[in-house]
Amino acid sequence: MIPVVRLEQLRKTYAMGDQEVVALDGIDFTVQPAEFVAVTGASGSGKSTLLHMIGLLDRPTSGRYFFEGEDVSLLDADTLADLRSRRLGFVFQSYNLLPRTTALENVELPMIYAGVSEPERRRRALAALDVVGVADMAEHGSNEMSGGQQQRVAIARALVNDPGLILADEPTGALDTKSSQDIMDVFARLNRERAMTILLVTHEPDVARRARRIVTFRDGRIVSDEPVGSGPISAAVPL
Amino acid sequence: MKLRALLSVAWGALVRNRVRSMLTMLGVIIGVAAVVITVSIGAGARESIAAQINGIGSNLVIVIPGNVTLNGVRTGTGAASTLTPDDGLAIAKLPHVAAASPAVSIHAQVVAGGDNWSTNVAGVAPTFTYIREWSLSSGSFFTDADVAATAKVCVLGQTVVDNLFPDTSPLGKTVLIRNVPFNVIGVLAARGQSAAGQDQDDTIVIPYTSAMERLTGNEFVNAIAVSADDVSSIVPVENEITPLLEQRHRIVGSEQDDFSVRSLQDIANAAAATTAVMEYLLAGVAAVSLLVGGIGIMNIMLVSVTERTREIGLRIAVGARAAAILEQFLIEAVVLSTAGGAIGIAVGILGAGAISAFGRWPMVVPPEAIALAFAFSALTGVFFGYYPALKAAHLNPIDALRFE
Repeated sequence: MIPVVRLEQLRKTYAMGDQEVVALDGIDFTVQPAEFVAVTGASGSGKSTLLHMIGLLDRPTSGRYFFEGEDVSLLDADTLADLRSRRLGFVFQSYNLLPRTTALENVELPMIYAGVSEPERRRRALAALDVVGVADMAEHGSNEMSGGQQQRVAIARALVNDPGLILADEPTGALDTKSSQDIMDVFARLNRERAMTILLVTHEPDVARRARRIVTFRDGRIVSDEPVGSGPISAAVPL
Repeated sequence: MKLRALLSVAWGALVRNRVRSMLTMLGVIIGVAAVVITVSIGAGARESIAAQINGIGSNLVIVIPGNVTLNGVRTGTGAASTLTPDDGLAIAKLPHVAAASPAVSIHAQVVAGGDNWSTNVAGVAPTFTYIREWSLSSGSFFTDADVAATAKVCVLGQTVVDNLFPDTSPLGKTVLIRNVPFNVIGVLAARGQSAAGQDQDDTIVIPYTSAMERLTGNEFVNAIAVSADDVSSIVPVENEITPLLEQRHRIVGSEQDDFSVRSLQDIANAAAATTAVMEYLLAGVAAVSLLVGGIGIMNIMLVSVTERTREIGLRIAVGARAAAILEQFLIEAVVLSTAGGAIGIAVGILGAGAISAFGRWPMVVPPEAIALAFAFSALTGVFFGYYPALKAAHLNPIDALRFE
């Protein structure tokens, strides 16, 4: 089976003045199809950088990244854009729905860049809204929706092109406990029923525990990587 | 992304900020209106000048005698007696000459019945009506046979009719010109004042042979009126007449010509130069307005790019290529500028109408002026929208998504 994500000695450093900040310090990391991975760690641990690398929004300083078996380290910007459009779905903490735009139009957006025809876009957008349980909000603007509903629309937008991987960056960070649980239910269901591969970055242990594998970062390195449900999370791993 | 979708996205963004969009377009509106007004003033003025010149005669070239120097006294141009009717006949045979007519002009006291009137008597050829584009209101014009026979026939201008025959038809009546009786065979259509302010209708036209033989008693004419067959052949005709007459008058080498050739083109050129100054002025206003308008568009597009940084970041994240982002913002700028252009064209047409009503010349809005103005406004949008669009396209998506 070809892993969705395979990182080999991936390294990312930033220049901060004349100092070099190491965000990712030689990561080896693999995500198999149908996995549901939570990446946790303190802020500054490198987990967001990892998400941007995997999401093809940023390039590594050194090391190799294979996405669905393809070495993407050397691809040009347009090819990366096309990969993002067809094979990746993003969910953000702040939803990032377009203002004064209906839920349906928001979900159609990635398909516009993927070159999907208009009737097909509409059909698939409605289907995706139905999957996340907000089909009745299709014609509503984002200002008419609760945070939880907006995040569901954002998830519909992420899955509408049937991507190989959904990346979620603190998807529950702006939500109350009840809405957070609802959103995590949606992710868990997508993973369980549709075998969707999901990688989720969070600093909340409760949220991380809804995944099936938890990877913990500290100072740009993976300090633990273990499945959920095989036992309680090791107390030795500080969150 | 399809153009129609892009246009509707762009239009939506502009309509959401209606007041801002209007203010942004103001510069383009003024610039485009100035372009439309400029071109229509130019076209209107040209048409008005052309109408005046055509009133004098179609593609008219006039040959007049030169000056003479007698005992050190130089007389003015036209004073010499050098042109003959045969010169006119020779000129008529030149290529591109549609017609030529000798012209003998005298001032005479004319008498009809108990009334008398001082007027200009012109001895011309039957081609006069063609050359001067002058039709008759009644009767008929004299013919080549009348010319050959030095017939005592005349055609009256309307002013002469009004003064000598206020109540009756002059046709068939007799008019005494310097005591020579002439039979009235026609009346010229009323024409009013010339461009110089003279009453063109205050004239009597007779065959030039009759004028020479019966009135002036010499064999010279005052002028030869020539009609070129096209506007473009006025200059060639002028250039052909000079050597022909030099040859006929045996003028060689550096000897001074005893005639001169003039066309109304010179007058037209002077008038065109005046309107050109006005056109340059307005074109300057147009250029400055479009520049300022363009900078306004650039300014607002930069604001718009900053405001929508997160939107741009999201679009990049969901797979928009840099070119698609560039396209989106460029089209927005072009929609803004062409919408301004469309309004500017409407304002320009209204302005041109007002100016033509005020200046009392025909309103002409050439379609190419509208096309030009519209093209300018679109170009303004592309030119000034490019930098903000490029800025949007090259945003770092990670920073853009974090932007507050």
